[in-house]
Amino acid sequence: MPFIPHTPREVEEMLAVVGVRGLDDLFADIPPEMRPARLNLPKGQGEAAVCSYFEKLAARNGTDMVSFLGAGFYAHDIPKAVDALAGRSEFYTAYTPYQAECSQGTLQAIFEFQTAVSRLMEMDCANASVYDGGTALFEAAMMAVRATRRRVLVVDEAVNPIWRKMLATYIAGLPVSLKTVPQKNGVSDLQALIDAPDKDCAAVIVQNPNFFGVVADYTEVFAKARLHKAFSVISVYPVMQAVLKTPGEMGADVAVAEGQSLGQPLNFGGPYLGLMACGKEHIRQLPGRIAGRASDPDGKTGYVLTLQAREQHIRRGKATSNICSNQALCALRALAHLCLLGPEGLARQAEYGMDMARQAVRRLTSLKGVEPLNDEPYGNEAALRLPAPAEQVAAALVEKGFVPGFPVGRYYPGMENILLLACTEVNRPGHIAGLAEAMGDLL
Amino acid sequence: MKTIFAESVPGRGSRFFASDAPAAAKMLPAGLLRSRPPRLPECSELDVVRHFTRLSRLNYSVDANFYPLGSCTMKYNPKFTEYVAGLPGFARLHPLLAQLGRGAARTQGALRCLHEIEVLLCEITGMEAFTLQPMAGANGEFTGVSLMAAYHRAKGRARAKMLIPDSAHGTNPASAALAGLEIVNVESRDGMVDPEALAACLAEHDGDVVGLMMTCPNTLGLMESRLPEIVALLRGADALLYYDGANMNAILGKMRVGDAGFDVVHLNLHKTFATPHGGGGPGSGPVGVNARLLPFLPAPRVVKGEDGDFFLNDNLPQSIGAVGPFYGSFAVIVKALAYMLRLGGEGLERVAEYAVLNANYLKKRLQNVLDIPFERICAHEFVASAPEGLRALDIAKALLDRGFHAPTVYFPLIVRECLMAEPTETESKQTLDAYVEALREIVEQGGKDPAGLAAAPLNMPVRRLDETTAARRMALTEDMG
Amino acid sequence: MSNTPPDLLYSKTHEWVRPEGEEAVIGITFFAQEALGDVTYVEMPREGDALTAGGEFGSVESVKAASELVSPVSGTVVAANAELETAPETLNSSPYNEGWIVRVRLSAKPDGLMDAAAYEAHCAAEKH
Repeated sequence: MPFIPHTPREVEEMLAVVGVRGLDDLFADIPPEMRPARLNLPKGQGEAAVCSYFEKLAARNGTDMVSFLGAGFYAHDIPKAVDALAGRSEFYTAYTPYQAECSQGTLQAIFEFQTAVSRLMEMDCANASVYDGGTALFEAAMMAVRATRRRVLVVDEAVNPIWRKMLATYIAGLPVSLKTVPQKNGVSDLQALIDAPDKDCAAVIVQNPNFFGVVADYTEVFAKARLHKAFSVISVYPVMQAVLKTPGEMGADVAVAEGQSLGQPLNFGGPYLGLMACGKEHIRQLPGRIAGRASDPDGKTGYVLTLQAREQHIRRGKATSNICSNQALCALRALAHLCLLGPEGLARQAEYGMDMARQAVRRLTSLKGVEPLNDEPYGNEAALRLPAPAEQVAAALVEKGFVPGFPVGRYYPGMENILLLACTEVNRPGHIAGLAEAMGDLL
Repeated sequence: MKTIFAESVPGRGSRFFASDAPAAAKMLPAGLLRSRPPRLPECSELDVVRHFTRLSRLNYSVDANFYPLGSCTMKYNPKFTEYVAGLPGFARLHPLLAQLGRGAARTQGALRCLHEIEVLLCEITGMEAFTLQPMAGANGEFTGVSLMAAYHRAKGRARAKMLIPDSAHGTNPASAALAGLEIVNVESRDGMVDPEALAACLAEHDGDVVGLMMTCPNTLGLMESRLPEIVALLRGADALLYYDGANMNAILGKMRVGDAGFDVVHLNLHKTFATPHGGGGPGSGPVGVNARLLPFLPAPRVVKGEDGDFFLNDNLPQSIGAVGPFYGSFAVIVKALAYMLRLGGEGLERVAEYAVLNANYLKKRLQNVLDIPFERICAHEFVASAPEGLRALDIAKALLDRGFHAPTVYFPLIVRECLMAEPTETESKQTLDAYVEALREIVEQGGKDPAGLAAAPLNMPVRRLDETTAARRMALTEDMG
Repeated sequence: MSNTPPDLLYSKTHEWVRPEGEEAVIGITFFAQEALGDVTYVEMPREGDALTAGGEFGSVESVKAASELVSPVSGTVVAANAELETAPETLNSSPYNEGWIVRVRLSAKPDGLMDAAAYEAHCAAEKH
């Protein structure tokens, strides 16, 4: 039997020690009426057969297309060294570092990850990661709700709608409500965000660049939130964060991010990781695992999971969150990725994507009826108004081997003609020319 | 070991990515840019590779050490599943492609994987449908609890109480609280849910009970012997029964939780279905439901069309919403599916048989070494107490010195000086015997020299770290403390 | 017994009260700090916060445990012990003196509390 090492003779010996006659006797406690006669499952297959089955399935997926699809999740070049290091089974077949002495590799990596995230965001501290950008946003909102004991979350409509949908799902059973501040043509309404907080407001939640790619400075929004004793929460795109004004500089209380762009393949939606960083004064509210530096009786430096009294295994129903683990292996990938790129490499990726996006906007807006949605500064992603419904245009282009971007209409009624287009280092000038030609033929 | 930040040399860098794109300052106004570059490490590729390779050597792992961590199912993770999940046709696939017009046609391979595992999980558990969205066990718990609450809401009832046995994992109450429910503790008797106590709870909170969350076999490694009574009591109150799948490895193929009367179940693919634990994640926590709860599942759902093609259905008016951004931890799901196809029905049944055999063998062999409170046949794991005068923590640390990962200690809380071991089916008799010998030696040594035992470990990269000072000083980054 | 000063009042949840005219000082008992182990953090209310007898007003954390603070009296916080922010270990070393937690202006006379002898009996019962 695959992955079960017992020989028939060993089984006999072991059963004798246990004092039962057969393997089935071990399940005598399950009432007979609850025992299935037989599972209706396929027969097992050899390793080679299983591999070739999945090779065929993988080949049916369209990863050969020229793609400008982003919307918060981006195709980036990942150093092969990331795969090699995260592929070390000393990392990936370990578990949560409960026994610190035999888990220093994982623990030090988490500590370094926390440092890297804090420095990228220019915040005091960070946790070991949560599941994804959406849960990070929810957890940040809950930090604010607990600390302020208030119930209203002011959310910019230009925060990624995928995460806003998650946020609505997570708060459904809680006495917490969302107040959404409408965007205008893809632009976050800074004045409305400044005016929104009142004495019931727990947090103001924004995203930079926003869902439509627009870059802004939220310093004034955050200053006003602080005046009302509300939290400022910002979600950022880690690659663009290499060059953009930081959450720390803007005065945010909590900064979060979808960490996928740091060393995680797109993987059809997961696993990803959520980054969370905050000011020191909020550390007790920060959910999830946190590693800290410690020393042993010989004075040797080591690392431990710390501040565990916030967590579910001690606090049970009163914990800061129900999360038990972090996305440790994803965090390791993100850390290795950041180290391999360095501040320089990360900034170059951001700049290349921005340059490419500008070339794409220039080229596509030269087509008849295509224009930019707004004139605001943008990063590596921009929204274009098409002369036809973006869903239809995208569907037709997919047939031709191009994924032109994300039609935003499904999340923003009235914006059916708007296409959101992203560029990263996987895009080349030739791709843009090809897309423009194919789109020109259609419109 | 130095941190990677301490190894950084200004101006070095790996030159992984270079371009002649204009500087950010040429493309954006200065006020939108950060005033200084992030202080990330500047290292060569070799610096980075050497650093993390050295770090990896400081870890114990299933691939190098017996890892009998109770409740965690640290079984061997077959290597071919890593290959399969890493195929570029999966790894490079953008999740939103499936949501574009005609995009589903270009994601059929991936959608098929999601559909296939759902069918297999339904057959294994006897449930009607699964959502794969939850990203870990605890996330699955939240999803399951939300589905239970939605069921009552749809019937126009504002029920607010979740019953949880005192032996439950701490995540159960935390998940119920996250969903806005109040927790009512149900006292256990002889380590099991006591139907009399349950009936009393139901009577006391009449008309206000959402359901009961159970782990079965429970956290003591015992099969609940009065399950049918428990099911009947809950049905009588139209309350729902939740199955915490943490211990699924014990009943694979031996009991279908749907047939047994459970309404909702979460599984941990990273436990039962052999995907690696990753040092603490990523996991995957699919949630299965019976017909009563099906309308409330998160959106979208993968559906097989009449033409045999797969598509995403977003039109689910009673859905609780979205607990994850897309369709779950896809790469983890693919690994679990590959494992299931490799083993097949017969292989999966063997898993439970040998997991339970190994646990009972280990328990029997340790009978004269540790104090074992429950004599009956255990499931896939069992609890033991450190012998009088010894501490579970000291025994755990001494095991590390002998090359074994420690069992789970001090859980469940209701067992004194608890050591909870789960050997899993993939360990050989020889490994179990060696572990027994190590424990025997440790207990002997501890009897003679308790202070020596309290000093363990001595052969690890560090000795016991001062957690109290760490919690007070809070050095959480290179720049703090 | 020296671990239970005779001049204080005690609650079942192991807080002590030292009435001082219109005000009262509150802390946790020797028994409580011993059960928690080395204290790493004390979450305290702010000056001006209202306390209700039986209501939670903060928490105490150690490495492996956490415990909510339950107010034995009703009133308004006039001072919180700032020293505990930087030196939470004071709760272990001096639970009845330097380790006081809050000073409260009472809005009602303390009620339903135990004297030292009754509290010691209560602790003895809890140990079993």
